[in-house]
Amino acid sequence: MKPEHVTQKSIGPSPLCALFLRELRIGRRIGGGASLGVVFFLILVTLTPFAIGPDQALLARIAPAILWLAGLLATLLGLDRLFQSDHEDGSLDLFSMSDMPLELIVLIKCVAHWILTGLPLVAAAPLFGLMLGLSANQLGAVTLSLLAGTPALTLVGAIGAALTVSLRRGGLLLAILILPLCVPVLIFGVSAAANDAMVGFKTPFLILCALTLAALAGAPIAAAAALRQMME
Amino acid sequence: MINKTVLHRFGLCRFSIMRLEASDLSIERGGRILFARVSFAIEAGASLTVTGPNGAGKSSLLRALAGLLPLRQGRIQWLPSSDERLAEKAHYIGHSDALKGSLTAVENVNLWAAMLGAGSIALSAQAALATLGLAHVADLPAAYLSAGQKRRVALARLLVAERPVWLLDEPSTALDLASLTLCQKIMASHLGKGGMIIAATHAPLGLGGAELRLNAPA
Repeated sequence: MKPEHVTQKSIGPSPLCALFLRELRIGRRIGGGASLGVVFFLILVTLTPFAIGPDQALLARIAPAILWLAGLLATLLGLDRLFQSDHEDGSLDLFSMSDMPLELIVLIKCVAHWILTGLPLVAAAPLFGLMLGLSANQLGAVTLSLLAGTPALTLVGAIGAALTVSLRRGGLLLAILILPLCVPVLIFGVSAAANDAMVGFKTPFLILCALTLAALAGAPIAAAAALRQMME
Repeated sequence: MINKTVLHRFGLCRFSIMRLEASDLSIERGGRILFARVSFAIEAGASLTVTGPNGAGKSSLLRALAGLLPLRQGRIQWLPSSDERLAEKAHYIGHSDALKGSLTAVENVNLWAAMLGAGSIALSAQAALATLGLAHVADLPAAYLSAGQKRRVALARLLVAERPVWLLDEPSTALDLASLTLCQKIMASHLGKGGMIIAATHAPLGLGGAELRLNAPA
């Protein structure tokens, strides 16, 4: 059988599009990704009333913080595998040999990861907010702040994932590296979500958006640089 | 459509690299020099077989050529010279097959066709897998394939994206006799079209061409 190189040459799909679809497929097929993060989020949120006691007013007051902390931890879940599985099976080597810049590949992987893990959290947030007795006004604020803030968590987490790519048990180290860097996002996220009379919603929300945009610009470059260092 | 096909037909045989030259290469791993002052040159349509005992640095040499390891010393040049990295003109088949177990063989190959093919696909993934005798398992998740079948899926990468230089690290690992013959045919056809192959191997691949022997570091 001779390969028929000549006759079948055709224009293929865009590399980034193909990579994006592949990431989504892998995430869905392993059967963890999205659903697992939301279940973890749910468990954290339901555990809180047991720990704090059934004080409705108190719960409603700390609900934004609980939702944000739960969101932060749920985002960390599975982030350690973001580059590790590609490193182990040699895919990462091949990514670096494509004519796409590694930064763009990192960004695509982050976007796909956020759609699989962050977006379901955002979608579930109003429901979980109700469970904690949030008012309708605050439900919107919490959901919007998570929508604007969780991409920053994923992107900053990608830097940690890149730094721990060659470590077998990188998960804990990743959390230790990343959680301090998530403090600004957490501060402004919770403050936007709380939507109280003194600070309001708009200012912390805009700062949160700025943090996400900064992460969008900086994190892929940092993560790609870390990957290049760690790959050899 | 017809025009495009004809254009591709003319462009096909002219791979962009005519001669590849490496001079004075040395590589260091973990503070230890694996080899020093290794030089070689290959012309289009020729192959180079890298041999040597375990630990002599065969894989490291291929990884360095693929841009995956930094060189301690030396330079790699090619004619006609260009600003691109050699990595973007080369295929690399390493020890791992770069397959995702949860994706089917076709999906795996399709990704690499898109990622490595620079916008054009030389051969469809289905056809490439059929060429390697894997048509019947094309829609199976890669996790269910045997080691030899996985290796052949990895080799299918070579067919779906056209790149002039093939860097093959033990390409015959886990292949049965029939697949080995198939693999040799594919390599011969690549050389016939003016490509280059640099292969590290213990088992004879029947490529002909020059041999570069690396000695174990003292």
